[in-house]
Amino acid sequence: MLFPDLIRLTASSFLAYRMRSLLTGSGIAIGITAVILLTSIGEGLHQFVLSEFSQFGTNLIAIQPGKTQTQGGNVGIFGSSRPLSIEDAQALRHLPNIEHVNPSMQGNAEVRANGKTRRTTVYGAGHDFTKTFTLNVQSGSFLPDDDPTQARAFVVLGSKVRQELYAGQNPLGSYLSVGGQRYRVVGVMEPKGQILGFDMDDTVFIPAARALELFNRPGLMEIQVNYQAGADLDGVVRAITALLKERHGREDFTLIPQEKALEVLGSVLDVITFAVGALGGISLLVGGVGILTIMTMAVSERTAEIGLLRALGAREKQVLMLFLGEAILLSALGGLAGLLLGIGIAQGLHALIPALPVHTPWLFAVLAEFVAISIGLAAGVLPARRAARLDPVEALRTE
Amino acid sequence: MIRLDKVSRSFTVGDQQVTALRDIDLNIAAGDYVSIMGPSGSGKSTLLNLIGLLDRPSSGIYKLDGGNVTDLDDAQQAKVRSEKIGFVFQSFHLVPRLTAAMNIELPLILAGIPVTERKVRVEALLENYGLTDRADHRPDQLSGGQRQRVAIARATSMHPAVLLADEPTGNLDQATGREVISLLEQLTEQHVTLILVTHDPALGGRAKRQLHMVDGQIVSQTAS
Ligand SMILES: Nc1ncnc2c1ncn2[C@@H]1O[C@H](COP(=O)(O)OP(=O)(O)OP(=O)(O)O)[C@@H](O)[C@H]1O
Ligand SMILES: [Mg+2]
Repeated sequence: MLFPDLIRLTASSFLAYRMRSLLTGSGIAIGITAVILLTSIGEGLHQFVLSEFSQFGTNLIAIQPGKTQTQGGNVGIFGSSRPLSIEDAQALRHLPNIEHVNPSMQGNAEVRANGKTRRTTVYGAGHDFTKTFTLNVQSGSFLPDDDPTQARAFVVLGSKVRQELYAGQNPLGSYLSVGGQRYRVVGVMEPKGQILGFDMDDTVFIPAARALELFNRPGLMEIQVNYQAGADLDGVVRAITALLKERHGREDFTLIPQEKALEVLGSVLDVITFAVGALGGISLLVGGVGILTIMTMAVSERTAEIGLLRALGAREKQVLMLFLGEAILLSALGGLAGLLLGIGIAQGLHALIPALPVHTPWLFAVLAEFVAISIGLAAGVLPARRAARLDPVEALRTE
Repeated sequence: MIRLDKVSRSFTVGDQQVTALRDIDLNIAAGDYVSIMGPSGSGKSTLLNLIGLLDRPSSGIYKLDGGNVTDLDDAQQAKVRSEKIGFVFQSFHLVPRLTAAMNIELPLILAGIPVTERKVRVEALLENYGLTDRADHRPDQLSGGQRQRVAIARATSMHPAVLLADEPTGNLDQATGREVISLLEQLTEQHVTLILVTHDPALGGRAKRQLHMVDGQIVSQTAS
């Protein structure tokens, strides 16, 4: 029997039982889709999420008011805990191994300049904000190192705000109204884009104390601390905790080291990866069992046909090849569908989130198809052998 | 051509031995036209399957074309079936999902005949059996007579020396049955050995040689 004829004959039964074949092949298809997604975006997703979280550097510790209870939630800003103050932030600057400290406060307000109005994020920050987060100023400078409690009314613009309000003009030195108060523009930030859904460019930066006043809040939302690379994190955490405990009288604040957060994030991603992998594995298993079932059915249904083929001169081995060919065709087409679906979803995700790296190595695609075919082969062997070993006379007698 | 020496075939059913053929001695010359008749269960089909190498005798010797084919293995049996033997069945046995043309082509495909030669042969056969305009029809779109014509075309596609027909008219009305028989008889004129199993004495009587079987034995032979 020539190879194209083997394909033609196996394809004829595939087409004759279209619905059944599609259902059976879909198990393999879903499994291969999962496998391809894992290899195409699994690693990329890991890198993407981690880099989103770590682009400010990993030597960051966020301090938030309220204590995270083991079983409860965060008591939070409105709880009984004392607010984090600008003085707290000032005190932290003198601890060993601490490089930069930034008090932070965030809200929304209307800004107005040149007769144009825009509602943007107003971010209360300290002088060290850019150093803490490794951000760059494009023109002018960031907020000066004033006494934080009596900071002057200066503002630094995000690139988008500058674009919207001062298109084509130099904003430096001009005045801008933030929530009804006059601020002098001293700098413009470099474009940064969105970070975890927060548009850094559609933001204006004012001194933290003035932001507290503007939003009428008793304390900071967060203090960010940047410690020296290579410093012992536990030591730094202990020192901060001791200092703030002394100032507050109790531990009514929470430290969130970026490094720990990244670890948690990493393990969450690992779990997701594992779940997708397990889903893929189970689908492939189900697909394999499906092929075994459908081929067993096919052998029973087509017993007379098997007898006929033998009468027409088919060897046992040819019957074996025909049925094995059908099983492999099912799994190969299922695998191919899975490849296309997996690559399609991966590319679709890439189109939605361009920063998410997507890469399907050819070797993996070939390997996945090989796995699919192997499953068909393994599932088809038993039924195909049964078909080949049927007694031709007996087989011909069944109707 | 066909020579059976004391051929017996028995089956084990449970702990019982059922003897379907008992010490059959039979000689059939090339180009013979032989009919086999007899009551149901007398062993006609069993004998045909043995001659067609779909089965093996329990004892005795079977020689085909002078060669001993009693103990061939599967691949050797298949080769002989492919090259020398054609089968026609009562229930047509067409593959339902394949067209008439592809059903006819099946033995050629299994034998690995190249595509171009296959095309020529299948077209000639379709023409011969008046099936040209039915070439792309599937079996369920054909009448009983047309189906059996496809089956005969298929059986002759490899130019077999022996044609074995087991009640080929059993599922056809009389007129169609007679047509089919005359198609088979035409083949004997081309020196094909035809062995025809039938229940119909009128049809069986047309053969040059008639065998009557009872209880696994050939009880009488008539020649006309
Ligand atoms: N596989 C088998 N197992 C057991 N007994 C069998 C088997 N095949 C045939 N027989 C028995 O052998 C005997 C002959 O059967 P066979 O089919 O050759 O009869 P037949 O002459 O063709 O009958 P019919 O005219 O009904 O087709 C019967 O008694 C049958 O029961
Ligand atoms: Mg019979």
